[in-house]
Amino acid sequence: MKTNRERFGLALIAIALIALPFVLASVGTAWVRITNFAVLFTLLSLGLNIVVGFAGLLDLGYVAFFAVGAYVYALLASPHFGLHLPFWVILPIGATVACIAGVVLGAPTLRLRGDYLAIVTLGFGEIVRIFMNNLSSPVNLTNGPKGINRIDPFQIGPLNFSASDSFGGLVFSGPIKYYYFLLLVLLAVIIINRRLQDSRIGRAWVAIREDEIAARASGINTRNIKLLAFAMGASFGGIAGGMFAAIQGFVSPESFILNESIMILAMVVLGGMGNIWGVVAGAVLLSFVPELLRYTVEPAQKALFGKLLVDPEVLRMLIFGLALVLTMRFRPAGLWPEMRHRRELDQDRA
Amino acid sequence: MSPVLLEARNIGKRFGGVQALKDVSLTIKSGEIYGLIGPNGAGKTTLFNVFTGLYPRDSGEVIFCGTTLTLDSPHAVAAAGIARTFQNIRLFGNMTALENVMVGRHPRSYAGVFSAILRTRAERAEEAGIRRRADELLHYVGIADRAGDLARHLSYGDQRRLEIARALATDPKLLALDEPAAGMNATETAALRRLIEGLRSDGLTVLLIEHDVKLVLGLCDRVAVLDYGEKIAEDAPEAVRANPKVIEAYLGASTA
Repeated sequence: MKTNRERFGLALIAIALIALPFVLASVGTAWVRITNFAVLFTLLSLGLNIVVGFAGLLDLGYVAFFAVGAYVYALLASPHFGLHLPFWVILPIGATVACIAGVVLGAPTLRLRGDYLAIVTLGFGEIVRIFMNNLSSPVNLTNGPKGINRIDPFQIGPLNFSASDSFGGLVFSGPIKYYYFLLLVLLAVIIINRRLQDSRIGRAWVAIREDEIAARASGINTRNIKLLAFAMGASFGGIAGGMFAAIQGFVSPESFILNESIMILAMVVLGGMGNIWGVVAGAVLLSFVPELLRYTVEPAQKALFGKLLVDPEVLRMLIFGLALVLTMRFRPAGLWPEMRHRRELDQDRA
Repeated sequence: MSPVLLEARNIGKRFGGVQALKDVSLTIKSGEIYGLIGPNGAGKTTLFNVFTGLYPRDSGEVIFCGTTLTLDSPHAVAAAGIARTFQNIRLFGNMTALENVMVGRHPRSYAGVFSAILRTRAERAEEAGIRRRADELLHYVGIADRAGDLARHLSYGDQRRLEIARALATDPKLLALDEPAAGMNATETAALRRLIEGLRSDGLTVLLIEHDVKLVLGLCDRVAVLDYGEKIAEDAPEAVRANPKVIEAYLGASTA
């Protein structure tokens, strides 16, 4: 049971999260967009965490499911095919298609682990991207490297997510509306993740991660349970992809390169594999730090040396990489590692 | 005469050029402790892995509770009612002791993804039942005070007990223990012996592979001896001890 103090803390966090976009908007709308992408990547990290963190299956091609979700949205809500389905129809379709893609990837790789699985998933991610790049002929399905643009924004009744509205003196710009929507989805995904983690299925995932042979001997059908991990992780990726397409208004294969997979994996590992809050922290941190550096590296150099010595983009990635290396050196289990142990004790006390 | 629980007929298993098991047949009766001994490399663990579905067999069949077991998947064997422990302990190290036992309830519970996400009434009731049963089993094997500790932090003897508790959680009809006393000191072995005797008096059938011949002969109702993949004896402990073939297998032929 939660104490009053914990409730108070949660209420404060909730108020802060609700007020956040208006504070950020006063700094610059760009920061609201950056925050939206941070939430999007948090969703992706939570999806990947099921596969990598819970079930211990190293997946280097996770961005493929993000791509599938994004392209499903783009194809069903853009002038490309002249289809304009509402988002609440497309998102579940995107999740389902991504889920099927997850099973397609999972089925042939069931016997693989570790490095070998990583290589196959890496290949899968690249195959999906190359498909998106080349499926423009003979039938123009994806419009190739040019990508698909003029994708419909979300629309709830009269509420258009690409336009500004004002209620009671507050201006709700498009990004702010997306922010609230993303926040709701994030909340749902966190709740789903927590419930799965504490369930029979979640225990089976962790058991497979810890010792597959013992898991099988304990009566776990490892084939089905692994496929389930791939399918669940992929579905979350698909939903995030759909929202990405709507927010951007544009998708192209370039957005789904291997680097993105690695970035999402870094978020999971840096935050603390298997721990939902650690993964959230890792994703938020890795989304914001590069952006913060983007805005500080240049002025800092000018202030220190009077001129620009190093290209900000280079320095930014350098600092970012160094931060990752240091974290892994000094906190190899992540910033906020999984603490099943403590959780169990807390439950006993309650 | 108690009914037959498990009957193995002409089990054969070959690894490349090595005939690990050759036409091994044996019967385990309900409610007994059945020992399996033999020198190193005699095929004890191989037979064990065939019984529990970890290795596909080359020939022969296993009849368990009157039906032929399809031995191609360990999880199906566990669901059918054969639970096992491992010679080199295999626990889920980063899960708590309680969670390890809760995993063992997997084949006896049903909640899927959607009922877990929705936390349906049935799912919550099932979870509570899993937890209760796991608690009971930790008490039963005597490590209830370590419930919240990570399995890898448990002492060696406690890890053995935890493995038995996890196996018991699958509600087995036959519990197969692979060298449970390996690496134990005299006190721990004595405690293990009491635990296994307790299992028998609670009506469980136990298949025991053991190197500690004293433990096997003192504990088992019947003992089979394997040597070079063949069964050379199956009898009551005293008779096995006096069997010249067994003595030869362990000590070498007297003419040598």
